Amino acid sequence: MEKTLDTKYTYTEKKDTRSGFGDGFLELGRKNKNVVGLCADLIGSLKMGAFQKEFPDRFFQVGISEANMMGLAAGMTIGGKIPFTGTFANFSTGRVYDQIRQSIAYSEKNVKICASHAGLTLGEDGATHQILEDVGMMKMLPNMTVINPCDYNQTKAATLAIADHEGPVYLRFGRPSWPIFTPADQPFEIGKAWKMIDGKDVSLFATGHLVWEAVVAEAMLREEGISVELINIHTIKPLDTAAILASVAKTGCAVTAEEHQLNGGLGDSVAQTLIRNNPAPQEFVGVDDSFGESGKPVDLLEKYGLNAENIVKAVKKAIARK
Amino acid sequence: MEKHSTEQLQAICSQVRRDILRMVHACQSGHPGASLGCTEFFVALYFDQMKHNKNFNIDGIGEDLFFLSNGHISPVWYSVLSRSGYFDTKELATFRKINSRLQGHPATEEGLPGIRVASGSLGQGLSVAIGAALTKKMNGDKQTVYALMGDGEQQEGQIWEAAMCAPHHKVDNLIASIDLNGQQIDGPTKEIMNLLDLKAKWEAFGWEVIVTENGNDITNVLQSLEKAKSLLGKGKPVLNLLHTDMGFGVDFMVGTHKWHGVAPNDEQLEKALGQLEETLGDY
Ligand SMILES: Cc1ncc(C[n+]2csc(CCOP(=O)(O)OP(=O)(O)O)c2C)c(N)n1
Ligand SMILES: [Mg+2]
Repeated sequence: MEKTLDTKYTYTEKKDTRSGFGDGFLELGRKNKNVVGLCADLIGSLKMGAFQKEFPDRFFQVGISEANMMGLAAGMTIGGKIPFTGTFANFSTGRVYDQIRQSIAYSEKNVKICASHAGLTLGEDGATHQILEDVGMMKMLPNMTVINPCDYNQTKAATLAIADHEGPVYLRFGRPSWPIFTPADQPFEIGKAWKMIDGKDVSLFATGHLVWEAVVAEAMLREEGISVELINIHTIKPLDTAAILASVAKTGCAVTAEEHQLNGGLGDSVAQTLIRNNPAPQEFVGVDDSFGESGKPVDLLEKYGLNAENIVKAVKKAIARK
Repeated sequence: MEKHSTEQLQAICSQVRRDILRMVHACQSGHPGASLGCTEFFVALYFDQMKHNKNFNIDGIGEDLFFLSNGHISPVWYSVLSRSGYFDTKELATFRKINSRLQGHPATEEGLPGIRVASGSLGQGLSVAIGAALTKKMNGDKQTVYALMGDGEQQEGQIWEAAMCAPHHKVDNLIASIDLNGQQIDGPTKEIMNLLDLKAKWEAFGWEVIVTENGNDITNVLQSLEKAKSLLGKGKPVLNLLHTDMGFGVDFMVGTHKWHGVAPNDEQLEKALGQLEETLGDY
């Protein structure tokens, strides 16, 4: 169906965002000798193998010991290394929250927490692995930067950018093969939202895999004469409040879309910004207080109300509330 | 429950292995390796050792309880549960598919009979098993609690918190086993994070440790589970070092981490099934 739509961004290839991380990480290894890697028995899944092979002295397999890995990473910063930890998003956050909180965030350590298999789209492994609360946990931590790129190219760009940023970062990406619709040579500025499409009826703020669903939704809505301003929020914290407020001042309403719980996600952050500065109707696309389940990624996005059709509905609702 | 002969138990194992392979093949995901390796252990528990009721009740009062800490080997557990009557074997066809009770990792949310707690995130199951064993003691319930962990899973810190706790609280109604297949996701455990002498470690933590030399020989598995039982009630928990081969039963899958979490394709499935007799009828 999306093929016949006149989307403003198109793709010729699909790839997993975790490969964007892996390829960016290898490039970083060549550029910056202080970059080191750690992984908890998921080198293949995190695509860290090429870095390990080329820089064995700067890479540490720690086995299945995520809490230990976070502590090691914190320690490695003392003396100037820039550690990148790799495991699934669930085991990068909930599993090790206090370790991150005390040894990394509170202690202001320059650790890059790189988290794959976030959200529903990891698919068949099911709810034990499908973390939908990680953005909330991480954005609540003082000092933490939270980044959720949307495709292979943006994930690669983000991976390169976070090495130059001083301070703890949570970088969230995923497992499924996903359209590559952003440019390969894009600049990536942490904390700077990217207006992908100009519009006047509604501001659509999307992050991660759902940016593609938002691109599709924009085309569907355009066919119905609705003008959508689409803004790619790759950095959830610090949030680009100026961009959000400028857009909503023009359109008068907002929709947020994310592969995360509504509680604690991007939607919350946008709502807080609006309510403080310019209260406006807002609708939320995300998981509504439930765990996920096993299934195929696209089917799960449909069942849990996270696809383009749901964004279209949310947009219409937001506009009707103006 | 009527007693099964060794031959009958072996026949069940063959069918369980077919189920495992067909399940992971049908959804093209899941973990065949250690599921195949632990087949004898599960069949020994559910078809011989455990006192359990297929009319499932979560509290399991007066029953033996089983907890799977390495939840990714759900295929073997689901097959054995259904083959021992907890639910229709036809339901195995829904494994890992949307709207199924057979989640990728065991879960309670969908109400699959036989499952008492979710697992999948490694390292947590032994603590839960110790808690359930303590409740049995508080309830005056004389039955036994069983748990299974992976060997890679031994790298998690929580395992050792639990290891310290059970002897301290004299949890002597617990038999925990470790699937010593020497493999984990990224490679052999020796190369990923060497476990060194697990027997000495668990003994040092205060456990009674027994070794099952060949966890893929049903007779050997039964012998050591009997021995484990005989050690209960003496103030110490029992730890069974269960030596298995990952992928046991299929010649091209055996002994390598490569089949930890990869599904066979059509051709590989056919080849694998050719090595395993259909004894109870495929689902
Ligand atoms: C806390 C946690 N970290 C990482 C994983 C990902 N993971 C699933 S299975 C596995 C390897 C487990 O090794 P082992 O216990 O030896 O099981 P086997 O490979 O023998 O089946 C890993 C790392 C997980 N499920 N949970
Ligand atoms: Mg193992």
